[in-house]
Amino acid sequence: MKSLLAVTLLVTSLFASAMPAHAAMRVFACEPEWAALLMELGGKDVDIHTATSAMQDPHHIQARPSLIASMRRADLVVATGAQLEIGWLPVLLRQSANPAIQPGKPGYFEAASFVRMLEVPASVDRIQGDVHPAGNPHIHTDPRNILLVAGALNERLQQLDVAHADAYQRRYKDFSGRWQAALQRWQAEASPLHGVKLIAYHKGWAYMLDWLGLDEVATIESVSGVPPGAAHLADLLARQKVDPALMVIYAAYQDGKASEWLGSKAGIPVVKLPFTVGGSDQAGNLFALYDDTLQLLLRAAGR
Amino acid sequence: MRKTIIAWLLPCMLLVVPQAQAATLDDLQLLKQQMRQMQEKIDKMEAEMQASKQREAEAAAKAAQPVPPIVVQAPPVNQGDAGSGVTRSDANAFNPQISMILNGSYRGFSRDPALFAVPGFATGDAAGLGDRGLGINESELNFAANVDNRFYASSTLSLAPQGGLTVEEAYAQTLDLPAGLTIKGGRFFSGIGYINEFHPHHDDFIDRSLANRVFLNNTFAGDGLQARWLAPTDMYVELGGELLRGDRFPGGGAALRGSGAWDAFLRLGGDVGFSNSWLAGVSWLGNKPTGRASFDNAGAQTGTFDGNSNLIIADMVWKWAPDGNPVERNFKLQSELFFGNEQGAFTDAAGTPGLLTARQRGGYAEAVYQFTKGWDIGVRHSMVFAANSGSAVVPGGVLDAAGQHPWRSSVVLGYANSEFSRFRLQYSRDHSQRLVDHQLALQYIILIGAHGAHQY
Repeated sequence: MKSLLAVTLLVTSLFASAMPAHAAMRVFACEPEWAALLMELGGKDVDIHTATSAMQDPHHIQARPSLIASMRRADLVVATGAQLEIGWLPVLLRQSANPAIQPGKPGYFEAASFVRMLEVPASVDRIQGDVHPAGNPHIHTDPRNILLVAGALNERLQQLDVAHADAYQRRYKDFSGRWQAALQRWQAEASPLHGVKLIAYHKGWAYMLDWLGLDEVATIESVSGVPPGAAHLADLLARQKVDPALMVIYAAYQDGKASEWLGSKAGIPVVKLPFTVGGSDQAGNLFALYDDTLQLLLRAAGR
Repeated sequence: MRKTIIAWLLPCMLLVVPQAQAATLDDLQLLKQQMRQMQEKIDKMEAEMQASKQREAEAAAKAAQPVPPIVVQAPPVNQGDAGSGVTRSDANAFNPQISMILNGSYRGFSRDPALFAVPGFATGDAAGLGDRGLGINESELNFAANVDNRFYASSTLSLAPQGGLTVEEAYAQTLDLPAGLTIKGGRFFSGIGYINEFHPHHDDFIDRSLANRVFLNNTFAGDGLQARWLAPTDMYVELGGELLRGDRFPGGGAALRGSGAWDAFLRLGGDVGFSNSWLAGVSWLGNKPTGRASFDNAGAQTGTFDGNSNLIIADMVWKWAPDGNPVERNFKLQSELFFGNEQGAFTDAAGTPGLLTARQRGGYAEAVYQFTKGWDIGVRHSMVFAANSGSAVVPGGVLDAAGQHPWRSSVVLGYANSEFSRFRLQYSRDHSQRLVDHQLALQYIILIGAHGAHQY
């Protein structure tokens, strides 16, 4: 009898769930950089919900109820992939009860599928820390990858929202033109950074190093995802005498204590980079993100 | 250059040495050896010079080289594919994610744990304390994967330290039902309350609260069906219901032709700014226990119960992390309240039947603060209370609350080297009975295999 009541309750609630038709496509962006790209490509045709901010570590996000609620109604999920979100996205996808955005469906988009992956390990063992078998997932630190992802995302948006295909195409053309110009500008500005040696907090910059020809001589995290120990910091300081780095870099969401300590002991500048859109006051959009990153690096390098 | 000079010098030296004189065979041998060593040294020096020259040249070339032109490189792998780009074709690629959780502990009790009881409560078999001393706890083996495009399945096997394998969970759940519906079938941890659905290695404390232990026998699970509906709203609103076999405490005997337990739950949740989030719920669990056995802490049966059992649980979780980033610091406040009512017949261990009307209340509140990466500290207070009446309640019997209001307070210190290895040290002051029990426990939890995603 009581179970009958529960079933009746469920059936009634089914009717209540009949959704009103919405104007804009709902997009769930896992990281701010994809939200910013969607803003460029989707304009008013998309309604973007950003799951994380630049102050959060995208490896470690709590699968909060608000995220489940927002994924429930999403037409498209844009993730980085390459196991960056492995600690939280699978549980959101499963709990969202939304068939449209499950992996393999057009409503699920992984940016890392469309770029050349770096640091793909030949073997994986957790003794190396929390390694990513598919390669380094922080692909957005190279703006050339943004263009590749933009191309694929444009196709996906058009596929899912045929009615506004022309508008997406127009915005993509406009964006890729501006982005190509910006790439030329950044390339020229960044030439003094070529070969500059630096120490990073986390292995989060592989693609930026590749783009700018920077030389990461060491990382403060001796093992990825594990806090640095005093012995490793002492090693880094000793290493500085032999093969000096010009600066220490870390991302806005990371704790700067270890980086600041090393920088002050070694007498080199410590740079807090925005890492993604919103990571600094200046990095308000995708263009400003790389503008600000370059300015900070150039200033620290004294060039 | 040097090589040639020495190559000339050496024969000259040899000529100068009056060979016919005292130069014995041994001396010659020595000389030859020295020559060989010299030659080796020279070769080594040359190789080093060569290498350093090459390095300099490379550095110079690198410095002189203009910045490479912009190349927006397309990946060599298949584009436009929604998959991960991994193109393994062997059969192993479809293996489910496998993980194993190992844990062990040391437990110390100031009183003999065999004497442990919660006055007024006829508890299930898992409500008591563990054994004293060193030992491993149950090891958990989990397999999980998407079955196909419509189902996800997970199975957790528990390996008891004394041997034997039990199926803790084995369920399939839908992935593509419309309108926010999800159906789960099989054996699973019930969705009632907050902490019940979690496996104990997720907990912040070594053991469950006194309330979870006496009301739900640690964890309420069952074989059956669960339906959940997620509302299409900005606020998280979830409604769920379950129909279960009813052979697990607080049920028993699989009444009503094997459908003796049912429940419903409503959960609400959301964010407050960037730094705060919350989840609150209310659940109702009904059972029709028939011949439900209860046990003391030594494993002896204390009686059986037949009748009706109703339990209402209210739960609340509040989490804080600066800017929503829990990596360095975070705080969690969690509480559950239990309101239980049972009517029926209780037959004690001697076989004497009697009537029972039980009104049982309880709850816990805990706060856990991670003060730096890898370290957290937590406090928890739990209390339970039973008001029993009827002919089954006899002085000194298991249902006699004897005016006691059992409570237990715990402090825990946790350390995590990584997400995969954790250690906890817990002290509890247990006032379940008239005499205080001081309890100390040290535990390790190790996860090997696939990286699990954590529920809120």
